[in-house]
Amino acid sequence: MQTSLVEKLRILADSAKYDVSCSSSGGKRKNEGKGLGNAEGMGICHSYTEDGRCVSLLKILLTNFCIFDCAYCVSRKSNDVKRAAFTVQEVVDLTINFYRRNYIEGLFLSSGIFKNADYTMERLVRVAKKLRKEHNFNGYIHLKTIPGASEELVKEAGLYADRLSVNIELPTEQSLQTLAPEKNFKEVLTPMGHIKNQLVLVKEEKKLFKSTPSFAPAGQSTQLIVGATAESDRQILTLADGLYQNYQLKRVYYSGYVPVVTDSRLPIISTPPIIRENRLYQADWLVRLYGFGVNELVDEQNPQLDLQIDPKLAWALRNRHLFPLEINTAEYELILRVPGIGIKSAKKIVAARRFAHLTWEHLRQIGVVLKRAKYFITCGGRSLETREWDEEAIRRRIIFGEKGSRGNLWGSQLDLFQQAG
Amino acid sequence: MHFYTYDGSFEGLLTVVFEAYERKAWPDQIGREGEAPPGIFATHLFVHTDEAKAKRVWEGLGKKLSREAWENVYKAYLWEQPGFEMLIFRFARLVFSSQQKGVEENFADACVQKIAAIGKQMFREKHRMEAFIRFQRTQDGLFLAPISPDFNVLPLIITHFEKRYADQPWLIYDVRRQYGAYYDLERVSLVSLEEAPRGLRQGHLSPDILTEVEPLYQQLWQTYFDHVNIPERKNKKLHLRHMPKRYWKYLTEKKPRQQAHQPIQNKQVPTKLRQLSR
Ligand code: SF4
Repeated sequence: MQTSLVEKLRILADSAKYDVSCSSSGGKRKNEGKGLGNAEGMGICHSYTEDGRCVSLLKILLTNFCIFDCAYCVSRKSNDVKRAAFTVQEVVDLTINFYRRNYIEGLFLSSGIFKNADYTMERLVRVAKKLRKEHNFNGYIHLKTIPGASEELVKEAGLYADRLSVNIELPTEQSLQTLAPEKNFKEVLTPMGHIKNQLVLVKEEKKLFKSTPSFAPAGQSTQLIVGATAESDRQILTLADGLYQNYQLKRVYYSGYVPVVTDSRLPIISTPPIIRENRLYQADWLVRLYGFGVNELVDEQNPQLDLQIDPKLAWALRNRHLFPLEINTAEYELILRVPGIGIKSAKKIVAARRFAHLTWEHLRQIGVVLKRAKYFITCGGRSLETREWDEEAIRRRIIFGEKGSRGNLWGSQLDLFQQAG
Repeated sequence: MHFYTYDGSFEGLLTVVFEAYERKAWPDQIGREGEAPPGIFATHLFVHTDEAKAKRVWEGLGKKLSREAWENVYKAYLWEQPGFEMLIFRFARLVFSSQQKGVEENFADACVQKIAAIGKQMFREKHRMEAFIRFQRTQDGLFLAPISPDFNVLPLIITHFEKRYADQPWLIYDVRRQYGAYYDLERVSLVSLEEAPRGLRQGHLSPDILTEVEPLYQQLWQTYFDHVNIPERKNKKLHLRHMPKRYWKYLTEKKPRQQAHQPIQNKQVPTKLRQLSR
């Protein structure tokens, strides 16, 4: 029995790991009345995998049995793999015991489809309900909505889950038809629409009645696979932008395609497109938090993001006529657009210049990456560079360093945590 | 030159600030009781901690600072690195001498920069502890976790754990500073163990004090950790940046395994690739 629990966990964690979303932030669940757990505020990464990804939730499948046959998926019907299924109680016990030891922030439960959509969804909901009702669990719960599940079940799921997600996976209907013939856009977007409507409704009701039960307080998210099909970054970002606006998504996750199955419909690649995935995240970030429009980052002429440099620098290089900015007077919104200056630095600059005329040294202390920023700003009317550099030269100097030696370009590009600013 | 000493408490340090203002004798160095004066020409003054005076200084700072900057002063005390006392003194003096509100945003001042930087460092360490603490359940139902943080952040993490684990008794013990926070289902108190349980310092509590299912859950967590990894994406540098080695000794997932978990061979590697990698 015990060995089999370990074995089940091996199989069902292994097949869930390609779903990248591990965010546990945005919860509002407070621990009231001495229950277990608290999912207020910022999510915590309790560990990091060897590839540097955050481990914050127990992310598993309820089962990897599936009646569907999506080409990109390890769990697809025609794939010859070990299969397993947890019982509802097993998932509940694992979650509680991991949580009590401070291993995790909560549970992210997804599943292959066994029997049919509702049958599967009903079990996912049961896990969440048990955790909340029987164990007074206030940690984070993210449930994956099974495509085709009924509206009632989705509604019930939202009563217990902090976040619901419906994965779109493929950015166009056409790709979906080739790679996941049993799915279609409508089936994915319908539950997304239900969730959105319910979110709006509950928000309205809450204004009138404080006692209205919450519905997925951390909102909904989705995932797109990048690199399994031919869509451009422009198509992907435009879709994401539409989803943010029309379905009030909290996050869109981009998952670089990892070849897990052989299939003539799929591209053959040796490593997942990690850099591209990173650029998409940076662009998404710029759109959501820095006030950029998608069309400023990618357009008809440049439908792909530049892999060598981040999208903000790429934008600045294309728009050199807007620069240089005088750091002591420029508006906050414009300072935000300077490569090498992130949100925090921009705020500090605006705060600090009330007290003193800022110098280059101040900027350095504030945390501005001058190596990048210096081509785009002046300080007290003066530039740090005595020469005018053209676009190509700046690009080269930023990528390879100023001495012209070729640094470890790809190594540093892989660094997912370099400032998007 | 003036050399002040105090009993090492935060209130004591605030009293030093008060006394310095009283005497208009600005310290050149501040040290803990017993510390040797910096030179034979220093005038030495030992300050007795006075709660009322400390409170006046503390509240005075509070009135002129944002909440965050105010807390940073306390964090600078818990930071414990050489020179922290003088830094706090200089910062207090800057705050009291400025007419304008919001000096904490004057990032052009070195002292303001430093306090803000310390605030950040402390926040990071606190956050790391909240993430990396691993409880082990003992036979009497206590959830026990050793820690050994770079800075003295235990006082800063108590509320977090109190909110989160309201229905289980726990003890978080700083083995370096030899004190801990104990929650008994009612309230948290600071405690010091006369004799720490065997293996606490190493993070390996002996099996006879652990509850029966503890090893199983530790094994399950290791299993999970091994299987969420995606070998194709390996990035050791990033991994180490997020989880520096010095934190590993108390991380269950980093402890030796009975059996290493290889990724499940669910995948058929595309044939063409196999040729390439040969
Ligand atoms: S429905 Fe989900 S689990 Fe089933 S094959 Fe498709 S992607 Fe995989």
